[in-house]
Amino acid sequence: MLSASDLRKGLKIQIDGQPYIITHFEFSKPGKGQSLYRCKMRNMITGNQFSQTYRSNEKFEKPALEERKMQYLYNQGDEYHFMDTENYEQTFITREQLGENVSFLQDNMELDVLFFDEKPIDVTLPIFVNLVVTVAEPWAKGDTSGNDTKPVTVETGYVLQVPPFVVEGDKIQIDTRTGAYVTRVKE
Amino acid sequence: MLEIKMLHQRAAFFQAIRRFFQGQGFLEVDTPVRQPLVIPEQNIVPIPSAGHFLQSSPELYMKRLLAGGCEKIFQICHCFRSGERGRLHLEEFVMLEWYRLDCGYTKLMGDCECLFEFLESRVTPWHFPVSLCTPWQRITVEDAFHKYCSMTPAQALDQGIFDLLLVEKVEANLGDKTPTFLYDYPLELASLARSKVENPGIAERFELYVAGVELANGFSELTDPVAQRARFMEEYAGMENFPEGEKKMPELFLKDLGKIESAAGIAMGLDRLFMLISGQGSVDDAVTFAPDDLDV
Repeated sequence: MLSASDLRKGLKIQIDGQPYIITHFEFSKPGKGQSLYRCKMRNMITGNQFSQTYRSNEKFEKPALEERKMQYLYNQGDEYHFMDTENYEQTFITREQLGENVSFLQDNMELDVLFFDEKPIDVTLPIFVNLVVTVAEPWAKGDTSGNDTKPVTVETGYVLQVPPFVVEGDKIQIDTRTGAYVTRVKE
Repeated sequence: MLEIKMLHQRAAFFQAIRRFFQGQGFLEVDTPVRQPLVIPEQNIVPIPSAGHFLQSSPELYMKRLLAGGCEKIFQICHCFRSGERGRLHLEEFVMLEWYRLDCGYTKLMGDCECLFEFLESRVTPWHFPVSLCTPWQRITVEDAFHKYCSMTPAQALDQGIFDLLLVEKVEANLGDKTPTFLYDYPLELASLARSKVENPGIAERFELYVAGVELANGFSELTDPVAQRARFMEEYAGMENFPEGEKKMPELFLKDLGKIESAAGIAMGLDRLFMLISGQGSVDDAVTFAPDDLDV
């Protein structure tokens, strides 16, 4: 059981049998008054958000979450299909559940899928992915226009800012936590 | 760690505060940080220190100094409160307290106005979020609840949601144009304060707010040891699972309290004030070493 003093942004708690993740957290304590733990949280299955303020004596259950290693196979419309690398069972996650992670999914990529009550609810990508640049304006050697970065598109359709010397066909490493360019990758 | 420029600014800030009080004829005092017995307060958990406690406020000893004949005293010191950690809270923080004999809380409000005006000309750069134009706004707890909540303070207390409403509905509205004094609290929320002669259910207590941030808590002091003892017993009663045998009374304090006829005192969070002056978003960015920056 978790107590109110454990509450923080990113913590997962169970309310009414549903898993929630705390998206905003603020500790308040008016002078001489009670400690108040103000949380905004998101239902990890439905995506619904709500706010609640808790007091010091409240207790919380940890949701029964399980992480499994899976491999991304393909997508069919808004359904993204994954296979458990141990028992080969397949499941799918919706585009909405994946959120921004969709930009970094590569065929056969291995990642961690979070399950609650046998239902997949979230994915954790590897920190770095290597993706091929599919659209980029050519770089003119000696270009002294002074632009620090330029936008390029990678194989997943994701667009990001990169240094001007990156060209179409280059493979680049991207930090999935921030969506930012890290470096070019040699084949 | 605070960068050099801000360390200089923080030093100038403390210097200016000292100059102000010295100029007003206050005596700077220092009192024990580690105490064998602390004042019982329902919502403050002291941090233990090898059988003693680290102070959550120097109040106990400041008032004994008043009883000893000091008329105007101030202290800048570190205070400690367990379990208080957030954008505006640190478990160890710097407090300024000042006390006056033969005065009431109104005098302290005037002190705040003068102090800030003094600081404005001496602490640069000044990023304070509101104007210091006097007189500052003043609003009673009764009026504030009437204006921002759908119930009276008494109703809120009955339902056990006074703090909740204060935090969620009232605070954000306070101190938006000038610093604001929220004053005249229900007596049950001011165990060390004197009640109003004309309305014994209300305490002569105020809180100073700037841009929704609570900066100071001041009041006309309760100087009746009998009443104070009873209030301490009530505080103990409100503390869940507090062992009956440990409910000790600070006898030397109560004895000294009886020697004071009237007094007023105030506690101000200096880390928060410096945070506002330097334009930072959290106290972590206003203190020399934030908790995350300490070796573990």
